[in-house]
Amino acid sequence: MVLLHQGPLPVDEIHARWYDSQHEHNYGAMASFIGVVREEGGIEALSFDIYEPILQSWFEEWQEKARQRGAVIVMAHSIGDVPVHRSSFMAAIFSPKRRVALEMLDSFVEDFKARAPIWKYDVIEGRRLYAADRSTPLPHSGILGV
Amino acid sequence: MRPKSKGKSMAKVEFLGPIGREPIEVDISDLKELKEIFAEDAQLKEWLKTCAVAVNDRIVASLEHPVGPQDRISLLPPVCGG
Repeated sequence: MVLLHQGPLPVDEIHARWYDSQHEHNYGAMASFIGVVREEGGIEALSFDIYEPILQSWFEEWQEKARQRGAVIVMAHSIGDVPVHRSSFMAAIFSPKRRVALEMLDSFVEDFKARAPIWKYDVIEGRRLYAADRSTPLPHSGILGV
Repeated sequence: MRPKSKGKSMAKVEFLGPIGREPIEVDISDLKELKEIFAEDAQLKEWLKTCAVAVNDRIVASLEHPVGPQDRISLLPPVCGG
């Protein structure tokens, strides 16, 4: 499941809900990642736009990969503004044994960075500026370009 | 851009994320024709160099991709989640 949440993520609540939903299903490991907005470059917050249909299909591909290894993935992401020192992204993987969850979490988060249809903006003095220099073109980009 | 003929169903183009434009409707049969339409748009040119293109929410690899009047085309600029 993908949970999309307006503003900063309620980390404790989401983490507890994920643990509670799976801990009786005989998984030996829950590996979780919590992304926190860092204060740098004078930003007050980061802000996010998400294109949900492609995010969902991207996530379902990963869920299928996880299922083939006996694992389950959950993730949550913010929409809109997230102030510094708050969380905008959480993910967790449950697997029967720890290696699958730990390794898959690393490749899941990296692929998320490169392929999830989410756009990031720096918020500086109330203005929203697209983080172009930190963004990655999606596969097959530029086909309409010259 | 070709004029919109009255009552005719046309493909829709959405400009996602930071492009910040309202959707438009276009009368085209493939993505090559969309490229021709956009060639006249100097402002869009910089975005097109780095945008991926989805037809009905699937990213496509080729301009040969056919486009029908009910189709929805999305332009996706470079991404950065998390």
